[in-house]
Parts: sequence; C-alpha cells; structure tokens
Amino acid sequence: MVPRTAFVNGVAFWSSRLPGWDIAAPVLRGEATALEQVAPRPSPTLLAPTERRRAPDTVSIALEVAVRACEKANVDPKQLPSVFASTDGDLAINDYMCETLARTPTLISPIRFHNSVHNAAAGYWSIGTGCHEPYTALTAYQDTFGEGLLEALSQAACDDRAVLLVAYDIEARGPLAAIVPSRGIVGAGVVVSPHAGTNPLARVCWRTTRGTHRTETLARNGEVVGSNSMASCLPFFEALARATRRTIHVGLSPALLLELDIDFLAGMHG
Amino acid sequence: MTGQSIACAAGIGTPALSVALRERLSGLRPNDFGESPLPTWIGRVAGVEAVELPGHLAAWDCRNNRLAWLALNSDGFLELAMNARERYGPDRVALVVGTSTSSIGATEEAYRTLLPDGQFPEDLRRPIVHTPHSLGDFVRAALGLQGIVVTVGTACSSSAKVFAQAERFIRLGLADAAIVGGVDTLCGSVLFGFNSLELVSSEPCRPFDRSRRGINLGEAGGFALLERSGERGPWLLGYGESSDAHHMSSPHPHGTGARLAMKNALERAGLTSNVIDYINLHGTASLKNDEVEARLVTSMFPAWTLASSTKGWTGHTLGAAGVVEATITSLAMETGLVPGTLNAQHLDPACGPQIRIENTVTDVRFAISNSFGFGGSNCSLLFGRSPQG
Repeated sequence: MVPRTAFVNGVAFWSSRLPGWDIAAPVLRGEATALEQVAPRPSPTLLAPTERRRAPDTVSIALEVAVRACEKANVDPKQLPSVFASTDGDLAINDYMCETLARTPTLISPIRFHNSVHNAAAGYWSIGTGCHEPYTALTAYQDTFGEGLLEALSQAACDDRAVLLVAYDIEARGPLAAIVPSRGIVGAGVVVSPHAGTNPLARVCWRTTRGTHRTETLARNGEVVGSNSMASCLPFFEALARATRRTIHVGLSPALLLELDIDFLAGMHG
Repeated sequence: MTGQSIACAAGIGTPALSVALRERLSGLRPNDFGESPLPTWIGRVAGVEAVELPGHLAAWDCRNNRLAWLALNSDGFLELAMNARERYGPDRVALVVGTSTSSIGATEEAYRTLLPDGQFPEDLRRPIVHTPHSLGDFVRAALGLQGIVVTVGTACSSSAKVFAQAERFIRLGLADAAIVGGVDTLCGSVLFGFNSLELVSSEPCRPFDRSRRGINLGEAGGFALLERSGERGPWLLGYGESSDAHHMSSPHPHGTGARLAMKNALERAGLTSNVIDYINLHGTASLKNDEVEARLVTSMFPAWTLASSTKGWTGHTLGAAGVVEATITSLAMETGLVPGTLNAQHLDPACGPQIRIENTVTDVRFAISNSFGFGGSNCSLLFGRSPQG
C-alpha cells in the first residue's frame, strides 16, 4: 500500500502515577520519575452530577482523556468522529454481572446492564458532548491499541477529517482477575487528522507491514504503568513524548504490524 | 458482497431462511434457555450445543464460537473464505466482526461453577474465551487469516458497522477483500439484563403492532465476503453512521441519529429516498424504537417504499442483527420476495403506508438495512443490485 500521512494534533494520557500528559511526557522521555502517590480517579465533569458519581471507571478514564486530547488539539468535540478502543471493556461490571447472574439473576441492575456494553464510554461521550458524529468501539485483544489507531487513521484518510482515538483499560475484579491480568487504570488519546491543527505534535507516515516484532516500551515505563492491558500503547506515546524522529511498529494481529514513521517539524512539541 | 452465510433461529443456511421467510415460519419459541428461564420467547438456534469444534480450535470452545463455526460452515462459506484467502493472500483479507456480548456466556458459566477456593473450573481457565475479542480471534484462527483482525462492539449496530469499516479498509488499499460478520448467543446477561430494563415481551414479539409488548431475544451468526467486484451478490453502495447523543438505552425521541444514518447512507450512495424499494427496519418491537422508526420512515420515504421488521422470524439477535438483516435484504434483492412483519396484526398509528405486515413480491433494486443500538449508535447500510443499481 501507499504510505499515508496524518498529523497528531492533540494528545492525552492518564494512569494513576502519570495523571495527565504534562506529568507523563517527561517521565515517558526518561527525564523525570513518576508520582509516588496514586492519583484519585478523574471525575467525568462532562456528565451530570448524578451520572458523574455513579460512572464506571471505564467511563471516567475514557472521558478524561477524550476531553484533554480535544483541548490540546483545540477542536470542538462535537465535530469529531471517534474510535474507542478497549481490550476488555468494564471488567468490574463483568464481575458484577456474572456474580449476580450466578446468585440472583432477576436482581440485575438495569443501569449496570446498560453500562456493561462495550460502547458505554463512547455512548456517554456522545451524550456528554452532544456529538451526533459516529463513534465506534472495538477490541482486538493484545492488539487493541494498534487496531484502534489504524481505525482512527483510516477514517481520517477516508473522510479527510480529524478523528479522536480513545484507548483505555481498567483492572480486573473478583474471580475473573485470576484469568484476566489487567491491573490499574490506563487511558490515552490522540486527535489525528490529514491536516495540521493549530498546534500539531507530530506528523505520522503510516502503513501496514507483515511481521511480528513490535516496538517495546522502555522497561521503567512498563513498570510505572504495570500490567494494564492498554500498556501496549506506551511505545507510541513514548515516541510522541521524545519528539525525535523514530519509526515504531505496533501490532495489528499476530502477523501484521502498523508501521509508524513519526516525525517532528520545527515548532512542533510533545 | 460476493458471498454470505447465516445461522439463526429461522434457519441455518440461506436456503432454509428463504423458505422460512416465504412460508412465514417463525423461529421463535418459549424461553427454555438456562435453569430458571424468564417467561418470554426466544430465537434459539437448534443444535448449537452439539457443535464440535475441530481439535486445533478447541481452545476457543464456547457457545458463541460454536455458533460462529455453525455459521462459517453454512452456505459453503468456509470454502468461499478459503478461496479468497488463496486468491488474495492471507494478509490481504481483512476480518471485521461484530458482537455485543461475545463469549460472556463462558464467563457466566465459570461464575456458576466456581471451585470451593473461588477459582474458575479448570476447563474454563482459557483467557481467550473471557475477552470480547474471542469472536474475532476464533474466526481468524479458523480461517487462517494473517491480516487486519478486529472485533466491533457497539451493541446492536455492531455487525452493520463492520461493513462500513471493511469498506474503508478496502478503499484505502489496506486489504483487497474483507470477511465481515457478527455472532451473538443467548446468555444470562442479555436475557436478565433486557428484562431488568422492562424491554422483554412475555409473548412472541410483534414489531410495529399497536399493542406490542417488547422484544424477544435471539441468537445468530452470519458472515459476508466483500470484494471490490464480483459476478454475484448485491453491492454495498453506501453506509451511514451516527450517534443519538441522547440516552444509553433509549432512542432519541425524534430519531435524530437514525435519520442522520439513513440520510448519510443515501448521500454516500448518491441516491435519493425516492429510489429505495425496501427498508429492513431495526423494528425490535420495543415501544419506543418502533414508534420513532415508523415516524421517520413515514417522513423520509415515498409511499411506494416497502418497509418491514423481520425480528418476528429471528428475535432480536443484538450484535448479529446487522449481518442477519443485511443477508435478508440481499435475499429480497435476489429473489424479489420482500418479507413483511411477522406477528404484527394491527399496525401502530405511527406507521405510514410503507410498513407492511404481509410479504410482497416485487423487484428490489435498492434497499436499506437499519441497525440501531444502545449508547445511541446507529448504522444504515444501502445495497444496490448492480454498481449503478
């Protein structure tokens, strides 16, 4: 395929010891250390106060990085189609649903049921922003971040417009935690567009290529984020934070990679 | 769309489904799923329990992947898919599938049968069946594909949106062909979940009937092969995707998102609503969906457009509904037999002349299939009998 170009016009990152891009970027570059203390879960201020309190962790984290990425890109969220990528969706609600079904199935909470869908965070985002543009919600197991980024880049290229990508995973709970290794909370977002925004971070030349060797994260960053399922997004955000030209490979499936040639022009900063 | 396969309550394989549609044989039956079944009707696929996966696919074994295997083996689809893999190369055929609950039934089973120490029973300690990409990963392994593999989870619009995503991949040259599809199976989560929202009917569902009482849940699997050109099958001429931005489990009262989806599909196809011969409606038989969708059809389409819901045959198959109804739409284009709305007796006053109870025989050149889901996710697919209609 012919390589295509996109600009990264906005970025956001949140994990409990790297709460926000401005804190995370110097750590991801290797210039600073992560917070010792664990930051409280971000509050989804987009939502009405009652919904804010009972929002599942997936919704809180996804909305936080979605808002910040749009702010950084200086774009109106209402105008953007979006891609929500999560390996497992809300693992805490899965635990609740399965436990309740095993004991008292007729007592399932209707709100927790509708929050259990894989597109719950995307749905709340569209409601909170009043956005009628399409969203999608997807998973690809260990390659969820790569497939999410590919879908955002594809939509941007096909429709010649900016697209928001939000990637997130939370911690497994209950008996399911012995099977699903995800721990902690990680959320990351970018706004990608074929056109440079007011303050672009990077220019990305992308294509798919056969292969299995994915770019690895720096060991110390892996430790900071821990065994969250979305830790696979780290090499991409490290590259954005370092702001020096690099080529990285992100997994799309067991035999296919997304090759990203990430370049920084004068005036761009991560 | 050069090939398709189907396994739903109304039939396994398109020949069986065609007979059921023509003879108006519903696949719905009283709920007999699980140990303490709720008083409702369901669209259960006969024989899923007896499906045996080949040895090399045993790690993915669960009800949802058994139904996927049943669907892959209907209509000669497996052979068609293998042939596409050989012609284009295993990395040039994208796989995009949709599901609402994937194999959560396996996780439910593990929680029902936990060992005294709180661990999953040994045969269910397989991480791949406790993650929603279980479906995509299973089909990848079953077909030996090495390209793009992704599972879409936007509730009941999932396997309609896969057509749009795959079309983009082919348009950009990221793939030469795509296998799209959707599979959802009955499980406690959806039966008791929809029941908690008071959306489940204790009777056979009656879409668009003035005294309808809610939905019947169903299960189904279906796949389609998308190529740039082919000698048979309808053409995907357009798609429209949108968000309601209104409520997590209730449609927008004015159908704002649904209208946008149909309008965008027409725009992408470069067509006006005047040429649409048939619309396969979302038509779940829930009070709100049917009222909103009926009003939209009345206001957007001419009186001669035929419209119906086929959920009286299949039940609401959730994440599989998109591909199931795309297949029913494609059969109508191929045979001229346009299904009506099974089980409806007296149409809701919101229905215009478009919505039909009885089957009709006519020429269908252009058709739309609607799928709307929780979280306000809408998708309309527009098919034509030839590239220009």
